[in-house]
Amino acid sequence: MKNKNILIVGVGGQGVLLASEILCLAALEAGLDTKKSEVHGMAQRGGVVTSHVRMGNKIHSPLIKEGEADIMLAFEAAEALRWIYFIHPAGKAVINDYHLVPPIASMKGFEYPKNPIEKVKKRLDHIQVVSAVEMAKKLKNPKLVNTILIGVLSKSLEIDETIWKRVIKKRVPKGTEELNWQAFLQGRNQN
Amino acid sequence: MKSLLSGNEAIARGCYEFGLHIATAYPGTPSTEILENISQYKEIYSEWAPNEKVAFEVAMGATFEGARSLVAMKHVGVNVAADPFMSVSLVGAPGGLIVVSADEPGMHSSQNEQDNRTYAKFAGYPCIEPSDSQEAKDFIATALDVSVEFDVPVLFRMTTRVCHSKGIVELGDRKSYKVKGFQKNPKKFVVLPAHARVRRLWAIERLKKLQDFCETSPLNKIEMGETSFGVITSGIDYHYVKEIVPNASIFKLGLTYPLPIKKIREFSKSVDRLFVVEELDPFLEEQIKAAGVPCEGKAFWPLAGELTPEKVEDGFVKAGVIKSSTSKREKDDVIPRLPIFCPGCPHRGLYYSLKKLKATVSTDIGCYTLGVLPPLESGDMCVEMGASIGMAVGMSKARGDAKGIVATIGDSTFLHSGMTGLLNAVNDNAGITIVIADNSITAMTGGQQHPGSGKHLQGHDSHKVQLAKLCQALGVDRIKVIDPYDLDSTQKTLKEEMASDQLSVVITNRPCALFPPENRKKVKQKPFHVDHAKCVGCHTCFKVSCPAISESKEKTEKGLTKSQIDEQLCTGCSVCAQVCPVQAIVVSE
Repeated sequence: MKNKNILIVGVGGQGVLLASEILCLAALEAGLDTKKSEVHGMAQRGGVVTSHVRMGNKIHSPLIKEGEADIMLAFEAAEALRWIYFIHPAGKAVINDYHLVPPIASMKGFEYPKNPIEKVKKRLDHIQVVSAVEMAKKLKNPKLVNTILIGVLSKSLEIDETIWKRVIKKRVPKGTEELNWQAFLQGRNQN
Repeated sequence: MKSLLSGNEAIARGCYEFGLHIATAYPGTPSTEILENISQYKEIYSEWAPNEKVAFEVAMGATFEGARSLVAMKHVGVNVAADPFMSVSLVGAPGGLIVVSADEPGMHSSQNEQDNRTYAKFAGYPCIEPSDSQEAKDFIATALDVSVEFDVPVLFRMTTRVCHSKGIVELGDRKSYKVKGFQKNPKKFVVLPAHARVRRLWAIERLKKLQDFCETSPLNKIEMGETSFGVITSGIDYHYVKEIVPNASIFKLGLTYPLPIKKIREFSKSVDRLFVVEELDPFLEEQIKAAGVPCEGKAFWPLAGELTPEKVEDGFVKAGVIKSSTSKREKDDVIPRLPIFCPGCPHRGLYYSLKKLKATVSTDIGCYTLGVLPPLESGDMCVEMGASIGMAVGMSKARGDAKGIVATIGDSTFLHSGMTGLLNAVNDNAGITIVIADNSITAMTGGQQHPGSGKHLQGHDSHKVQLAKLCQALGVDRIKVIDPYDLDSTQKTLKEEMASDQLSVVITNRPCALFPPENRKKVKQKPFHVDHAKCVGCHTCFKVSCPAISESKEKTEKGLTKSQIDEQLCTGCSVCAQVCPVQAIVVSE
C-alpha cells in the first residue's frame, strides 16, 4: 500500500482526536505502520484542532507535508477552507455540512466565511459533502456525527470492514457499540 | 504485543518495563501525560509535587537511597529546578536519575522556546533524545543504565512533537530491581566547599568517560547512503530528513551530549558536504564547528520555531542539493478561533469585573491567562510561574502608589511559587490587591491535583490546604472570599480592595467547571436561553466571551442579529444574564 496521508480538522470538542485514534488503531490492526500527530494545550473547547494521520509500509514523519494530504476529513465547513492548502491537488475532501460560528464573529473585523463549501469546491475537484448532523439526528443521537464521518472516510482506505467493526466497538462508550456500528455503516454507504 | 502510544505514554511504559521505583513531576505542557500514565502502574510510587524544584529534590533523595528515579517537567520547569539540577552534578545519582525536559519548539502552550540541550552541557550530563514513541520507551532503559553506570543524572530531552505524536510500540514485561539502600558518605552527599572542590574534579573525569562512551553508544547510528552530502540530526528532525532526502547519508544522534566527535569527523570525511539539521539553537553545529569539522546548518534552517517537513525541505532547496517538490497552495485567511474560558468557568466573572474596574492586572500562568485575550482584555503583564505578585509589588513601589494594582494568580500557581511572593508583599507592606483564582485544580494542563485539591496522584485522599488560613499565617490581615458568578458583589469587593492602602487577598470560591470530570455534573445548573421577544441584538452578552453564546438567525427590526445560547453547553452560571441590559437571558425551566 502506498502511504496514505489523512488530515482531520475541526473545532475543539467535536471529537477530532478520537477519530484519528480510531483510524490509527484500524491501521495497526491491518498490520500497517502508522503515526499521528496533534498538539494539545491551549486549544481547549472552541479552538482549531487538526490531527495528522499517516499509514503505510513505513512511516517516518508524524506530520503530513503541506500539499501532500491525500484526504481531508473536515468536521466543520470553515475549517475545511482553512486547511485546504494542505491537500494534494489530486486529493479529496470529505466535508461535514455544518457551520460552527465562533463568538468572535460578532466583533468588528471578524466574519465567518460565506459559503465555505462552495469556496472549497472551486479549488478542489474531489469533494464529498456529508450531512452528518442530520443523519445523526435521524439515528436519535447527536454524538454519532463522529462515527458517521469515519464511516465515509473508511471507503477511501484499504482496510477490511471486519477490522473497522472490531475497532469501533472497542473504542466507543459501552452500550452504544451497535448504534455506533450502524452509524459507521450509514457513513460508509454514502455516495 | 504492539500498542499505539504517544511519546509520553511510551516513557511511562518504559518506566514500568525497566523497573523504575519513583516518579515525580509538576504538570506542564507538553510533559504532563508522563506522570499521569506512570500513575497507572502501581509498582511505581508517583506524585505531583507543588513545583519542579521540589519534584527534583524528591527524585534526588530517591536516587540517593538507590532507587531508580525519574522527574519530569516542561522546559521552563527546568529553570525552576535549576538549583538542584546543577548542584547534584557533583554528588551523582547512585540509583539512577532521569530528568525529562519536554521542550516546546513553536511555543504551542509556553512563554518561551529555550533549547534545554544547553542544560546538559551546563551541568555535564548526558543528553538523550528519542525521535519517536518506540525510542522513547527503549531509551528509558539506556538512560537508566547510563545513569547508574556513570553515577550521573541523565537529561532526557523530549519535544512537543515527540511527546504528543503517537506511533506503534512493541511492549515487554517488567524487570524488577531492588532499591540498593543509602550508603552514608558525607564526602559525596554533602557538598561543603571542601568536598565540592574534590567532587568537581571527579565530575570532570566523569565527563571524559562519558565522551569515550558516546563514541561507541548504539544510540548514535550512521545510515550510509549517497555521499554527495551527509546529514547529522536528532529527535523528530531525523524523521523529517528521512522523508525529504531518503537516500542521503545520515548520522542520527540519540545521545546529543557529549558528542561523538571522532565518529562525526570520520563521517564528515565520507561525504562531500555536511549538514546539521536541528530545531532551535545551533547546539550540535557549534560544537562540531568548534571541533574543527566544517558543516552547515543555521544558514539554511531557522533558529526560531518548530521544524516541519516543509521547512526541512526548504533548507535543502536553499542549500542547492534538492529541488522543491511541494505544490504550494494559497492559504485562506479564515476567522480565528481564539481559546476562551469554558462555559461555567469561574474566571469569566473575575476578568470581566477587572476590565470594568480598569485595574492594572499583573497576571500569571494558567487558564486565567486567557483573560488577556479579547473581549475580556484583562491582564497587562505575564512572564513566568508565580511572577504576578512580585511584579505587582515592584510596580507599586516604583509608582509610589499601590491603588488599582491587582495581581491575579491561580491556586496551583500560588502554591507552586506565589506563596513566597506573598510573604514578600507582607514584609514590604505593599498595598496591592492579590486575587487567588481558586478553582481547586491545575486546570490548564488538564486537571491535575495539587496540595489544595485534597487528592493524591495515586488516587487516595490527602490534606487539602486552606488558602485563606495559609495567607493569614503569612501575615495578611485583609482576606475576602468572593463568588465570581455574582458580578455585583465581585465588582464591589474588588473596588473596595483596590481603593484600600492595605494589602489584601481576595479568593474566588467556585471550582473548575471541567476538572475533575465529576465536577461537571455538580457545576451544571438549569441552562439559560435568550428570549427573542426581548433581545435587542446589542451583543453585550458576547462581552463575557462564552462558547455557549452565538449569533442566531433571528434579526431585530433594525436588522441586528439576536443572540442564542446552546443549552447543551450552558452550565447556568448566569454571568451573561447579569450583563444583559434588557433581561432577555432567562432560565430554561
